[in-house]
Amino acid sequence: MTISFSNALGIHEQALEVRVQRAEILANNLANADTPGFKARDVDFKAILGDQMSAQGIGGALKMDTTNGKHLPHGADGGAEALLYRTPSQPSVDGNTVDTQQETAEFMKNTLQYQSSFQFLNGRFKSLTSAIRGE
Amino acid sequence: MSLGQIFDIAGSGMAAQSIRLNTTASNIANADSASSSEGDVYKARKPVFSAVRQDAFRMALGGDLMDELPDSKGVAVKGIIESDAPMDMRYQPDHPMADDKGFVMYPNVNIVEEMADMMSASRSFQTNVDVMDAAKTMMQRILTLGQ
Repeated sequence: MTISFSNALGIHEQALEVRVQRAEILANNLANADTPGFKARDVDFKAILGDQMSAQGIGGALKMDTTNGKHLPHGADGGAEALLYRTPSQPSVDGNTVDTQQETAEFMKNTLQYQSSFQFLNGRFKSLTSAIRGE
Repeated sequence: MSLGQIFDIAGSGMAAQSIRLNTTASNIANADSASSSEGDVYKARKPVFSAVRQDAFRMALGGDLMDELPDSKGVAVKGIIESDAPMDMRYQPDHPMADDKGFVMYPNVNIVEEMADMMSASRSFQTNVDVMDAAKTMMQRILTLGQ
């Protein structure tokens, strides 16, 4: 019987990774808050996490089979379609759709969710450590 | 983990906003710099912001699936343009810079606009600092993993 790290760590490792990517996207939105014509982006967290998990064979996300070389992978090279444009609530004259307040709020939320993911992951590591020590 | 990217992104935002603040300072300082001809007079300067495109870059790299997610990374100042708004001509025959008709040219700097720009720039700068601070906290958190 072997200890599988990916089984032990569960979803949290991927979740943490996706949180970091989302933080990057939101930071980019905030940096471009004054760029004319810039369109705010955000990710569909659920879709991206599902992609990552099915890519690593974890979880129950159903994957479509490609039985022919000409089939397009489902969901697939994926990330790109998970990256969406935000619907502006107050569009500005210069075509910029970044709403600083909204982005800041999302960024803050994302940071907190990152911290909870981190906490869970850390807990898993701690239980692994105590299992190895056998205390 | 690409938390390091956030530092670059927020850093580029801070740099761009400080350039904007710099042009604002220059405009306000020169708001009353008189001149006798249209060619010599100071013209209001404005930075042009643009998102850093990295499509070509990431196409070339091929890259990891997740690394290629964001469309752009940070903001860049494309250049600084001089405003082509009409100059402020004032009739001041006693002024040493007055032309033969008694007019003096003043810069096309709109102080109200500049003040609004200044406030916007300093707010945006602050936002970028906050983002960088959050990224720093997240990174420090990661270092304590498993402890």
